[in-house]
Amino acid sequence: MIKVEGLTKRYARNVAVKNISFEVGQGEIVGFLGKNGAGKTTTMRVLTCFLPPTSGTASVAGFDVLEQPLEVKKRIGYLPETPPLYPEMEVAEYLTFVAKLKGMPHGDIPRRVDEVMERCAVSGVRDSLLGKLSKGYRQRVGLAQAIIHNPPVLILDEPTSGLDPEQQREARQLIASLSGDHTIILSTHILSEVEQSCSKVIIINEGRIVAVDSVANLHNRRRGAEKVLVEVAGAAPQDIRKRLELVSGVARVVEHDGRPGTTAFEVEGLEGSAVRPDLARAIVQAGWNLTELRPVGESLEEIFIELTKSEQPKEPKEGELVAQ
Amino acid sequence: MRNVLTICGKELRSYFTSPIAYLLMALFGLIFGYFFYSATAYFVLAGIRAQMGGQAQPMSINDYVIAPLMGNASVVCLFLLPLISMRLFAEEKRSGTIELLMTSPIRDWEIILGKWLGAMVMYLCVLAMSGVSVALLFAWGRPDWRPILTGYLGLILQGGTVLAIGTFISTTTKNQIIAGAATFSVCLLLWVLSWVSSYNDAPWAQAIAYCSILTHFEPFSKGIVDTKDLVFYISAIFLGLFVTQRSLESLRWRA
Repeated sequence: MIKVEGLTKRYARNVAVKNISFEVGQGEIVGFLGKNGAGKTTTMRVLTCFLPPTSGTASVAGFDVLEQPLEVKKRIGYLPETPPLYPEMEVAEYLTFVAKLKGMPHGDIPRRVDEVMERCAVSGVRDSLLGKLSKGYRQRVGLAQAIIHNPPVLILDEPTSGLDPEQQREARQLIASLSGDHTIILSTHILSEVEQSCSKVIIINEGRIVAVDSVANLHNRRRGAEKVLVEVAGAAPQDIRKRLELVSGVARVVEHDGRPGTTAFEVEGLEGSAVRPDLARAIVQAGWNLTELRPVGESLEEIFIELTKSEQPKEPKEGELVAQ
Repeated sequence: MRNVLTICGKELRSYFTSPIAYLLMALFGLIFGYFFYSATAYFVLAGIRAQMGGQAQPMSINDYVIAPLMGNASVVCLFLLPLISMRLFAEEKRSGTIELLMTSPIRDWEIILGKWLGAMVMYLCVLAMSGVSVALLFAWGRPDWRPILTGYLGLILQGGTVLAIGTFISTTTKNQIIAGAATFSVCLLLWVLSWVSSYNDAPWAQAIAYCSILTHFEPFSKGIVDTKDLVFYISAIFLGLFVTQRSLESLRWRA
């Protein structure tokens, strides 16, 4: 649906995006992850035909952004970092204006405006001036204008920035609910957001792509052997340690501080072995209380910091596309 | 064309939901009303003097009232027009809404034409305020309506030119005040260019004077529609809008 090849965008003084390539398939939700100034907004602006690329190509639904910008624009709904609202307009009026701009047939507009307002939960403020709306509502109206013409591709630049946690959750739910019919690219620097709503992550740092992968794979890639945290109550630490070390497939047991009355261990399994069922059985059979048993993986946050820390991209692994 | 009208309607709404439209209309109505009062008062006085002096020559209300009135109106408009055009693009650039327009499936010239048309309609509303005074002339006199019509045509063409220049200048800045001040300076300059010819007969001075917007307006106020003036205004409008289009395009490249 979206194809970017060797895209470079140079501003007067600096290069914002350096030779990046990626592809987004139909119906995917892709998280565009990176620090501020990493080149996320620039890439999105190229995709929406707001800025032309310095070199390289980008196409949306098979239309090149330079050759057929009007066709591209018809198929894109775009929410810029600050929602493009006219403060002197009312909500419904604004959405009607945007619908006309996007070239919707006039007869369909009133019904569609109502529908979109309902969906984005702004029906209650339909006659309020945009300039008087709170940040949360402004963001929602921004999202409403992006989806008003029901575009196959949605490009959302930090859709949850500046919202409170409750509103962020609502916004994420809204985006997730759109995922069926739309291909979505959303940029963010909130990692949990990517974990929750995206099927695929593109991590960008200093204008370069450092990783393209599914969220699950990103989790796995840094984790060779399984690590498990076990918390046990009702026995002396050394007894538990001994028992745990006897379980087949266990490579290492490290004691941690547990909650009062319990002892916690980080158990590292041998590569390729699943130790959790055996661990649980061993503890229960010994007559102790198993209070916690969970896998410890590196969080996306750690992966992100790891990836964006160094200029050099990590060695490419299977199933990913890494550009220098 | 549909897109042009969409943009035009949006611009008009912006003018009329802010005080600027009413302020400009009130201001112009007031100033034009004052000029009208002065001109008619002078006309009446001159008429009485002429009768007392025994000159029974008929006096033309068109020459005494309408021609100077139109001339004054054109100068007043030079001051008011930058206030209409200054926000067109500067405001969109400042608030970021330009991103909505430029990522919507419409062409740059449709945006520009829509905005310019919106400004023109706003300007027509301002001009309409003078209608009261002119209606009074018709109620109590028998002026020739044709010079009035050409006078308004001149005002509209001159206004279109200034608005086209103002639209261009508005694309170059995020700051409305700067856009307004720069447009005003350019208008002032284009006005006083004609003074060159008053003290110099050289061909270059004539050429410079020809570029003055006001010299081309004078014939209209007297009821003369000269092709060269029409061509001047219409080509100036085209030039202004064309440069605006290039400027808008360069926004993308320069970013």
